[in-house]
Amino acid sequence: MADWQAVIGLEIHAQLNTRSKIFSAVSTAFGAAPNTQASLVDLGFPGVLPVTNEAVYEKAVAFGLGVGATINHQSVFDRKNYFYPDLPKGYQITQLDEPIVEHGHMDINCADGGRKTIHITRAHLEEDAGKSLHKDYAGETGIDLNRAGTPLLEIVSEPDLRSAEEASTYARQIHKLLTYLDICDGNMAEGSMRCDANVSIRPSGSSELGTRTETKNINSFRFLEQAINHEIERQIAVIESGGRVVQETRLYDPDRDETRPMRSKETAMDYRYFPEPDLLPVVIDDSFISAVRDRLPEMPYEKRARFQTAFGLSEEDAETLSGNRSLADYFEYVASASDPRQASNWVRVELLGRISKDSFNSEDVPVPASELASLINRISDETISGKIAKTVFDALWQGETDSVDAYIDAKGLKQVSDSSDLAPIVTAIIANNTKQVEQYRAGKTKLLGFFVGQVMKETGGKANPKQVNDLVRIQLDTV
Amino acid sequence: MVAHVTTPFQSIAEIRANLDDGTYSCRELAESLISRIEEHDNDINAFITVTADDARSTADAQDVLIAKGQAGPLTGIPLAHKDIFCTEGVKTSAGSKMLDNFIAPYSATVVAKLKAAGCVTLGKTNLDEFAMGSSNENSYYGPVRNPWQTSHVPGGSSGGSAAAVAAGFCPVSTGTDTGGSIRQPASMCGVTGIKPTYGRVSRWGMIAFASSLDQAGVFARNAEDAAILLSAMTGADPRDSTCIDAPIADLTQELSTPLTGIRIGVPEQYLSELDAPMADLLTSALFEMEAGGAKLVDISLPHTRYAVPAYYVIAPAECSTNLSRYDGVRFGYRCEDPEDIEDLYKRSRSEAFGDEVKQRILVGTFTLSTGYYDAYYRKAQQIRRLIHQDFVAAFNSVDVIAAPTCPGPAFRLLEKISDSIAMYLQDIYTIPVNLAGLPGLSMPIGQIGEMPVGMQLIGQYLDEARLLGMAHQFQQRTDWHLATPTLQATGVSHG
Amino acid sequence: MAVNKETVLTIATLAHLEIAIDQVDDQIDRMNRILDLVDEMQAVNTHEVRPLATPFDQVQRLRADEVTESNQREKLQSVATRTSDGLYLVPRFVE
Repeated sequence: MADWQAVIGLEIHAQLNTRSKIFSAVSTAFGAAPNTQASLVDLGFPGVLPVTNEAVYEKAVAFGLGVGATINHQSVFDRKNYFYPDLPKGYQITQLDEPIVEHGHMDINCADGGRKTIHITRAHLEEDAGKSLHKDYAGETGIDLNRAGTPLLEIVSEPDLRSAEEASTYARQIHKLLTYLDICDGNMAEGSMRCDANVSIRPSGSSELGTRTETKNINSFRFLEQAINHEIERQIAVIESGGRVVQETRLYDPDRDETRPMRSKETAMDYRYFPEPDLLPVVIDDSFISAVRDRLPEMPYEKRARFQTAFGLSEEDAETLSGNRSLADYFEYVASASDPRQASNWVRVELLGRISKDSFNSEDVPVPASELASLINRISDETISGKIAKTVFDALWQGETDSVDAYIDAKGLKQVSDSSDLAPIVTAIIANNTKQVEQYRAGKTKLLGFFVGQVMKETGGKANPKQVNDLVRIQLDTV
Repeated sequence: MVAHVTTPFQSIAEIRANLDDGTYSCRELAESLISRIEEHDNDINAFITVTADDARSTADAQDVLIAKGQAGPLTGIPLAHKDIFCTEGVKTSAGSKMLDNFIAPYSATVVAKLKAAGCVTLGKTNLDEFAMGSSNENSYYGPVRNPWQTSHVPGGSSGGSAAAVAAGFCPVSTGTDTGGSIRQPASMCGVTGIKPTYGRVSRWGMIAFASSLDQAGVFARNAEDAAILLSAMTGADPRDSTCIDAPIADLTQELSTPLTGIRIGVPEQYLSELDAPMADLLTSALFEMEAGGAKLVDISLPHTRYAVPAYYVIAPAECSTNLSRYDGVRFGYRCEDPEDIEDLYKRSRSEAFGDEVKQRILVGTFTLSTGYYDAYYRKAQQIRRLIHQDFVAAFNSVDVIAAPTCPGPAFRLLEKISDSIAMYLQDIYTIPVNLAGLPGLSMPIGQIGEMPVGMQLIGQYLDEARLLGMAHQFQQRTDWHLATPTLQATGVSHG
Repeated sequence: MAVNKETVLTIATLAHLEIAIDQVDDQIDRMNRILDLVDEMQAVNTHEVRPLATPFDQVQRLRADEVTESNQREKLQSVATRTSDGLYLVPRFVE
C-alpha cells in the first residue's frame, strides 16, 4: 500500500424529507404496502406530467448554503434515458448541465489531526427509482414503485479523498449536515442516504489519475470503508499481477465483503440526456435564497462552540454532544433544565453507552429529556443519591416507569437527611460494633467509612451520605 | 332508425337556440347524431369508439339543466374527442395497438372541462398512431376517409376529428397539433380548426407525442363555434407545468371586430413554391381580407425552409423518450411469454408499435445519442430560436401572418404513404408555428377539384381572439365554410 | 451524416425495438433519407445562438409541498397485465 495512493470521490444520494414527492403530490412515507404510494405520475401513465415541489428547492438551497456553494439562479431538469424495471417512464428526471448547487466544500478532520478541504463539485435534484423485489413470485420479479419519485439530492465530491477513513469521515459529516439542516432524515437503514464510491489508484507521488471503478448503493459508513478498502486492495492486486483495471460499475456485497461487477445496469449505456420538455427552467431569486438563509438552523460547528461556552464543556465533549442534530437537541434540553456538567456526563456515559451517536434519535430513546433533567435535579437537590439515580435511570430505560418523581415516591427512594431520623440508627450501629469503635478510637480513623457503609446499608441507600458522615463522626468523637 | 331532428350541419349557435326553445332535446339531438354515425361511419372510420350510452345519459342530464333554466353556452352540445385525450372508464388508444386494451383510469383536463361545461361526448375519434402522421393512414384502426371523397385522406393526425365535423357527425371536436395535426386536416376536410398558443390549453391527460410542440385545439364549422369551444378549454392547470398561468379566456370577444386596419403579413417564403390553383385561392382570400379593410404587408421569414429539418429532429427526439414508458409492465400491450426482461421490452414494443412510430423512435434515439447530440438536437434547438426570432421580428410590423395551411388539397389514400419525406413536407407551412409556439388557425377558402382547401392565420402569443375574429369576419363575407359534403348511404349499420 | 448497419442495430438496442434481419437494409435506407432532410440544417450558421427548449421563454411555477393524492392501487393496477400482492411482475432479472 505504501507504493500506491488511492483517489476517491463520493456521490452521495440523500432523500430529501419532504412530505410529498418531487413531481407528484403523493406521500414519501417509508414502509407503505407495495404501490400504495404510486400515483399516475409516479407510474408514468400515458398523458401525465410532472409538477415540481417547491420544498425540494428550499432544501437544496439550504444544503448549498451549508457547504458554502454557489446557488444557481437558473436550474434545468433533464431526462436521463434508460430502461430498467424500477424506472417507470424509461427515463429519470435529473439535472445535468444546470444543477441547483455547484462549487461547495466541506472541511474534515484527518487521522493525523490536521484539517482537509473536500471540494463538492455539485449537488443536483433528481427523482429516486422504485424497488425490485427478487423474492420468488413464481419465478418473476416484483416491482414496487412507492419509492419512485422520492426527491433526491445527489452530492458529488471531487476526487479529493485519499483513504477509506477519509471517505467515511466526509460521508459522516455530510450526514451530520443533512440532519442538522433537517433536509434528510439520515436513516441509512431505510436507504435515506446511499453512497456511490469512485475509486482509482496510482503510484504514490504520481499526479495522473488511474482508471476508476464505481461501487454503487452503499448504505452504511462501515460498509463504505469496507467496500473502498476492498476495492483498493483488488485494484492493487490486479495491477501488481500485470493486469489492468477496467472502468465499470460494481456492487458491494457486505455479506462476503467483496465487490462484483453489476450484470445488467449500464453496460454500454448511452443515457441520451436532453432538457425535460415537460418542465420549464426554474429561476430562483435572491429573496428566495435569503429567505432560506434566514431560516437556516445553527450549523454543527456553531453549536459545538456554543455548547463549550454556554455549558462549560470541553471541546471534545461538545463535539460529541453536537455530533447529531437529534442528540444535540436532546442534550440541550437536559442541560438547560438541569446542571449542564451533570447533563453532559449522563448523556455521554449512560445514553451513548447504550446507543451509538450515529443512530441516536431522540424519538427512539425511552428516557425523555425532561425525565433525565428531573433525575439530575433530584441528585442536585439531594432528594436521591447518584447511586440511586442510576437505578431510577435503569427503570426508565426498561420502561418500568415514565416519571422520575413518581418512581422515587412509589419505591420510597427518597434520601433520608433528617438527623432525628438518622441519629438513632447511627447510635445503634455504634452500639453493635464495639470492636470497631475501639479500633477507631485507638486511631484507626479509616474505619469511619465502615460505619457510614453500615448506616447506608441499614437505610437501603436512602440516607444522605454527607449527613451520615457528619453524624457518625460526631457520635464517635464525643465519648 | 331514429328520425333526424335537425340538419346534421348546424352550428353551436343554431343548436343552442333549438335546445333552448325546445325544438328538440339534447337527447333527441344525440340520438340523431349517433344514428348518423351508425349509418355512415363504416365509410369514413372517423370513430374508434362510440360512447352512445354515456352520451344518452349525459344528454338526459343536460335536458334537466335546460328545463331548470341553468344552461350554459355548451350545455347539451355534442362533440367528439380525439382518441388521444384520456377519458376515464373509456378506451383511450392513441390509435395504437399498444393501447388497444387501455381503459383510461382518469380524464384529461380538456375532457373534464368540457364535461363540466355540459358537452355530450359521442365518442373517441381516429388518428395517426400517437399523432404521428399527416394522412391518418398510420392508425391501428385503419385509415380515416375524407367525407368529401372517400378515396382521399382527411389529413392527419387528427383526421378522425376533422372528418367527424365535416361529415356532420358532430358540430365540434377536439384535436391536437404537434406540427399541423389540427390545421392540415381542417384544411383538407373544409372545416375551421385552431391550434392555440403553446400552453394555452392544459396537456394533462393528453397522450404525449412531442411535449414541447403538442397543443390541444378544436375543429368547428365556423370561427364562432371554435371560439366558444376553445374558450371553455383554456385556463391554468396546476397539473401542467407548461400551461400558461392565465384565467379562462373569452375568445369570442373579437368576433365582431372589423378587419379595418389589421395588418396582415404575407411571407414571401410561404408563397414562392405554391402550385397555381392553391396560389390563386390564397390570393383571392387575401383580396377578400383587403376588401374588408385589412392591410397586406410583405414580410420575410428567412429560416422557414429549415423548420421541417429541425422539427424532424426535435419531434422524434422527444417522442423517442416519451414512448419509453410503453414497456408492457404497468399498462398497454404485453407480449406473450417473455423469456426475460429484455425480451419483454423488445417484443412488447416491436409487436405493438406501428412502422412510422418505430421509425421516429429510432431517428430520435439516434439524434440524441452520444456524439450526435450537438450536430442534431442542439442544432435543431438553435434553429428553433432563429425561427422564433423570425416571427418576433415580423410581428413588429404586422398583426397577423397569413399563409397556406398545406401545399394542396387532400391526396389519395396510399399516394404518399411509402414516401416519408413527401409526407413530412405536407406540414411545411404549419411546423414553423409549432416550433415558435404561436397560435394558428385554418379556415376554408375554396376548393380545388371539389376538394376543400384552407388558409392559415398565424397570430402573436395569446392572440387567438384576434385570429378567430378575423376568421369570423371573413366567414361573414364568404360562404366556403358552409359547403358540406354529401355522404353516400351504405345501409350497413355500425357494429 | 449517414448511418450504417452497426449504428442502426445499436440504436435499435437502445430503443428496445427489434428490426428483422431482412429489413435492416430497408431501415438504413429510410433513416438515411430522413437524415438527408435533417442535414439541411447544417447550412445555417448557429454560432452563439442559444438553443430554445420550449416554445417561448417562461419560468417554472412550483407546487407547495402537500400530499393530496391517496392510494389508488386497485384502480391503477386494473390495467396491468401481471400483478401479484400489489406488485407489478416482470421476468426475473439479476442486478
